[in-house]
Amino acid sequence: MPSLDCIVIGGGTNGLACAARLARKGRRVLVLEASGTPGGGAAGGEFAPGFRSPGLAHIVHMIDPRVADILALDRHGLRYHTTSLASSALAATGDHLRLDGAFGASLTGTIGAEDRAAWADLRARLMRFAAALAPFRGLTPPRLARASGNDWAQLARLGLGVRRMGKTDFREFLRMFLINVWDVLNDELSDERLKGLVAFDATLGSWLGPRSPNSLLLLLNRLSGEVAGQQGALALPKGGMPAVAAALASAAEAAGVRIRTSAAVARIDVVGDCVIGVTLANGEELRAPRVVSAISPKTTLLSLLGPRHLDTGAMMRIRHQKSRGGAAKLHLALSALPDFMGADPKTRLVIAPGADHVERAFNPVKYGEVPTAPVMEVVIPSAFEPGLAPDGLHVLSAVVQYAPHAPKAGEDAARAAMLEATLATLESHAPGIRKLIVGQEMLMPYDIERRYGMPGGNWHHGELSAEQMLFLRPAPGMAQYASPVPGLWLASAGTHPGGGISGASGWNAAGRILQEVRA
Amino acid sequence: MTYDAVIIGAGHNGLVTAGYLARAGMKVCVVEKNDWIGGAAVSRELFPGFTYSNCSYVSSLFRPEIMRDLELPKHGLQILPYEGGAVMMEGGGHLGMFRDHDANRREFARHSPRDAEAYDRYARDVLRHCRFIRPLLLRTPPDPSSFRPRDLAELAWLGKRMFSLSEAQMYDMIRFWTMSISDFLDEYFEHPTIKAYQAVASIIGTALGPMSPGTAYVLLHHAMGDVDGNVGAWGFARGGMGSITKALAASLRAAGGEIRVGHGVKKIVVKGGRTTGVVLSNGDEISGRRVVSNMDVKRTFLGHVDEAELPGDFVKRVRAFKTRGSSGKLNIALDAAPRFTALPEGAPFMKGDLHFTDSIERMERAYDDWKAGRFSRDPFQDVMIPTMIDPTMTPPGKHFMSCFVQYAPPKIEGRDWTDADRDAFAKTCIDQIEGYAPGFRDLIRHMEVRTPRELEAEVGLTEGNIFQGELTFDQLLFNRPVPGYAQYRSPIRDLWICGSSTHPGGGVMGAPGRNAAAEILRDAKMPVKEMSDAYAIP
Amino acid sequence: MKVEPRLHFHNLLLKTPFHARTSAANLLNQWGNWSGYTTALAFGDEAMEFSAIRNAATLYDLCPMVKYRFTGPEAAACLDRLTLRAASKLSVGGVHYTAWCDDAGKLLDDGTLFRLGPEDFRLCCQERHLPWLLDSALGFDAHVREETEEVAALSLQGPCSASVLQAAGFDVSSLKPFRMATFPFGSGTLMISRTGFTGDLGYELWTTPDQALALWDHLMAAGRAWGIRPIGSNALNLARIEAGFVITNMDFIPADQAVREDRTRSPIEMALDWMIDWDKGHFNGRRALLAEQEGKTSRWAFVGLDVPGNVPATGAVIYAGKTREAGFVTAAEWLPTAKRNVALAHIERKYMKSDLWADIYALRELQYARLMLPVTVTERPFFNPARKRATPPGRF
Repeated sequence: MPSLDCIVIGGGTNGLACAARLARKGRRVLVLEASGTPGGGAAGGEFAPGFRSPGLAHIVHMIDPRVADILALDRHGLRYHTTSLASSALAATGDHLRLDGAFGASLTGTIGAEDRAAWADLRARLMRFAAALAPFRGLTPPRLARASGNDWAQLARLGLGVRRMGKTDFREFLRMFLINVWDVLNDELSDERLKGLVAFDATLGSWLGPRSPNSLLLLLNRLSGEVAGQQGALALPKGGMPAVAAALASAAEAAGVRIRTSAAVARIDVVGDCVIGVTLANGEELRAPRVVSAISPKTTLLSLLGPRHLDTGAMMRIRHQKSRGGAAKLHLALSALPDFMGADPKTRLVIAPGADHVERAFNPVKYGEVPTAPVMEVVIPSAFEPGLAPDGLHVLSAVVQYAPHAPKAGEDAARAAMLEATLATLESHAPGIRKLIVGQEMLMPYDIERRYGMPGGNWHHGELSAEQMLFLRPAPGMAQYASPVPGLWLASAGTHPGGGISGASGWNAAGRILQEVRA
Repeated sequence: MTYDAVIIGAGHNGLVTAGYLARAGMKVCVVEKNDWIGGAAVSRELFPGFTYSNCSYVSSLFRPEIMRDLELPKHGLQILPYEGGAVMMEGGGHLGMFRDHDANRREFARHSPRDAEAYDRYARDVLRHCRFIRPLLLRTPPDPSSFRPRDLAELAWLGKRMFSLSEAQMYDMIRFWTMSISDFLDEYFEHPTIKAYQAVASIIGTALGPMSPGTAYVLLHHAMGDVDGNVGAWGFARGGMGSITKALAASLRAAGGEIRVGHGVKKIVVKGGRTTGVVLSNGDEISGRRVVSNMDVKRTFLGHVDEAELPGDFVKRVRAFKTRGSSGKLNIALDAAPRFTALPEGAPFMKGDLHFTDSIERMERAYDDWKAGRFSRDPFQDVMIPTMIDPTMTPPGKHFMSCFVQYAPPKIEGRDWTDADRDAFAKTCIDQIEGYAPGFRDLIRHMEVRTPRELEAEVGLTEGNIFQGELTFDQLLFNRPVPGYAQYRSPIRDLWICGSSTHPGGGVMGAPGRNAAAEILRDAKMPVKEMSDAYAIP
Repeated sequence: MKVEPRLHFHNLLLKTPFHARTSAANLLNQWGNWSGYTTALAFGDEAMEFSAIRNAATLYDLCPMVKYRFTGPEAAACLDRLTLRAASKLSVGGVHYTAWCDDAGKLLDDGTLFRLGPEDFRLCCQERHLPWLLDSALGFDAHVREETEEVAALSLQGPCSASVLQAAGFDVSSLKPFRMATFPFGSGTLMISRTGFTGDLGYELWTTPDQALALWDHLMAAGRAWGIRPIGSNALNLARIEAGFVITNMDFIPADQAVREDRTRSPIEMALDWMIDWDKGHFNGRRALLAEQEGKTSRWAFVGLDVPGNVPATGAVIYAGKTREAGFVTAAEWLPTAKRNVALAHIERKYMKSDLWADIYALRELQYARLMLPVTVTERPFFNPARKRATPPGRF
């Protein structure tokens, strides 16, 4: 076997993006994926005979433009049904509100002129703030130290970019930076459907309620990403998330990356305080001077590397990285297209009847309990393309919040309660839907942890929250993609900027590795 | 005659501002709507022979620099450190607090040997954060959007201070400021009751639960004070909290200042974009070269200034300023000391704060009730019996008990509080105490029950918020009370604000009042000489 | 002395298992607080007590010393990662002086590590560290617990200490320094280690609290012929300065207690770098310490100073060239045995080559007399007798 420059653990989007960038610079890279296909959270699977789920994720919120462009994912088969998926904020009365364009650029439905104007103003402001934050996504988080080798000039430019918003916006930005989204919505809007939808979007995939301070920042973070050149848009790839994974894998292989599937890493090997490679679960030893882990930092450092190669303080910092998953994933196999009281099935259907509803759904999860009225976003991928379900039948995919990651009542009881609460909520918005169900799969955070290796079932390999962002991600002292052990690098969503299918963490990490190797 | 400054409200901050201005030579008049002075720092005899600290009830935050500058000890102020404190647990156990380091460790060790030895590290880390923030209290926040030399210099000072910390400590600090107290405590402790006791300071007066991000900062807000240099310690004002404002008033009068009680300000007079004085509820006009409002920012601008005189954006921001009250209070005259069955005889716990909430989960559930517009069914209470230390407040052998209760919403499910709601609230609290001290109810001779409604009506705190505005980041530092107006000025010339709605916020601290006075004197080009530099321990 | 846990506050200062004897012997009633325990500062006459350390035999109540027990198949590996030295190279029955650091390579504490068995260690130290030790054991097949109150410990020190033990029926003639041996005693056993904090011949005796008083009586009786006497902390402190030993929180601040970050010290700065085992694999602080050593970035040096005259330089600030602050003294004494006036001090390395001066304030009849005296860096220990090391120990 030819010698390797780099082993990448984990063939998810970040692992593939990182590997591809390294390979493009001439590095010999091997990606090790534990499961049978690359993709990580983007990988789908058959959940009922003849029915395929679109993956843990079901909508693309962002793909890092560098990843998409430089790797030319379109040439590797990435196609979209839409890159501007509309959302329907469902009302139990059937009086839905439709949001078209990126982050509700236009509203359709019965909504007052005052709210329309207020929404236009709020939306534009948030989009401006998010745009000012966007450049930070492509940056290795700076270290807060005087002589730390940061690119201070680059940082100053970014800082100036934020400052250049103008006095009014800048003041408003500083006020709103760590505010909670619930207050903002109630200060500025009155339409409950709209407030519910934005509150849901802000807290999607997090372990915060809309009334939690710092929750608006999560929305800004999401809006700072882009997909297919559109800031804050939602996209639905043809073939679902597995297609994104396939395109990335194909691009990586085209760049010279070797991908080995069904290759679970058991251990990262260290000699003389330097990483020398990995040992697979089957005992096979693979050697490379650099190992990049694109699986969760917690698993990487605590399980694969092991505490004995870390200082106690660093180990505790990574143990303290919060990684509570608050979202469950529901897949339903349906005998017919459900009717959400006339809502367009080719939109994202959001059941979050008000900001208070979202908060109330969060309350029980704090205590390890299941909410009685969860909130959710529903996508019916089979409404866009055939092949996911037998002809005429349908697949419904829903991200349901909030679900406890460590339920007091026990895992099976909590799953059953969550399923019942979710189906009851669905039934009230799509009467008759329960009768259409021919198969189902409810993935609770602990199920997601088991299947996808995400600690706590948190999609981001560690909660996205103000105290775990930028130079604090995944933990202070490890935010520059380098682990404490020479030769071991971190590149998963657990690092800056985290989450989604974006590949930005992997891409950034590769840049840092290349820079380090040059130096 | 025309005063140099008319101060609206004889609360502690108004009196502090007035005191400094008078000492600098200004002719000052303080106007108070109530027949008594003190605002929320009062001692009132509401039952014969019993003095109540019926709003604020303990002291730590009040800046010692102010005590010295305004010679408050000379005017009768005495702060007595208290000791002890305990959480009574469901099922009869207790967790006590001791001033003695090793006694405290052994007490923790009864519940968790690990936590017992974790406490020093925790206390050290909180003290580090206190050391960083304390020097900020007596400074006017810079406007980060301004390019004026003073703002730039102040920003540079802040930056320099930040970068004087080590890299690791900077990360610790930023995490601390953005975390929930629950998550923060999880990094140190394992025992739920130990965590619950530490979390107390993070929710007092706050419209957040211990699981809300930002509550670690609120803990700091309560920990950054001191009693005689002992950072984080709390004490009683001898004779009740009114002793602070009484001393301030005496100091003010000694410096030639006037205080008028009994008629509040109906309107702040504004002519041509500047204020010329105030009109009282009885129709009297008091003219002043400047007006300083100790009322909260909402009450000041939405209730006492013609909206047409104010920029629309400013009004919008003031309206959105969050002042949701979260607490109520029971002030009780007792025939004898209650007997808490969980507490062993001879322990000093009753000389400190007593709690019945033995887990963060119970605190957070109490907060969930508040969010839903209900008072907590299982409330958190901070119970103090100042007469365990201070003999001046009641007849011998009798006691005054102050029960600070969370959570109590400003409105009950969207409507105003009724007397029946208030009585139900009181019953819930008394029942809780009775459960831990059988026979307690029979000791009650008199009780005053205060919900956010009563707090607003009597003290004038909008929505009963004891901090004159919530302590979240969107409302701290240069954002407090309104971005662009965090330097004690208002859009109206010569109209100033000096209450807890301004930096550094609530608590009986006096810092907003002092900082406002410093700005006013600077603006008047008068020397700021009788203001000692912020104490700093190198 | 068992206290009902709920009522512990009735005894703010706990009493050690030897208290019945120490209180009877404490003619001065001079007590101090050592980690929450009643500790004699002096029993009768400090000078006589110190003299007995160097001339006869002394007993010192060690019980308040904090003790942790490490057990399990990976206890040694866990301690290798925790401490600076290689616990795995310590043989069973051996003791070593060690220290441990945080991630930044700053000292958390020092202490003595006893290997009681292949998978059994006792760590004795000054400060409490249970969370750090438990955290450090995560990922190792090892168990850590605090056992301070389960052990009664006495320090028997002085040139006649071996003779006293022989007379007491414990044959320690072949026991080498930093080794231990177990003897039957009463209904149980007594462990004796040849360790101590005086820099002289001496032993430490470890048993269970129920045997404490019997042990005390037995040793006092056996030692009568050699003039054995109990000593307090003051005499011991003088002896440890002669021996050049450091005490946590007197000579350095543990990194986890330092409020001011610049107060922390690395083992290199505390002149403890001799104990670092660089080759044993990773240990806490290794990367930071390696960078410090390779980059020569140590800011401080901990040194012994020779001070002219006979006035102790207690609390003195050290100046370079009489003007620039260069450091400070943590301990200073006139040494009765060595007949020298010395100090232990932190000096900034950049001033180590300068002429150093101690700014001493000597209280004389209610008034401080200021002395600015030239000092020179000198070797530690200040007193290092051969009898400390001789095996078999001399018969004095």
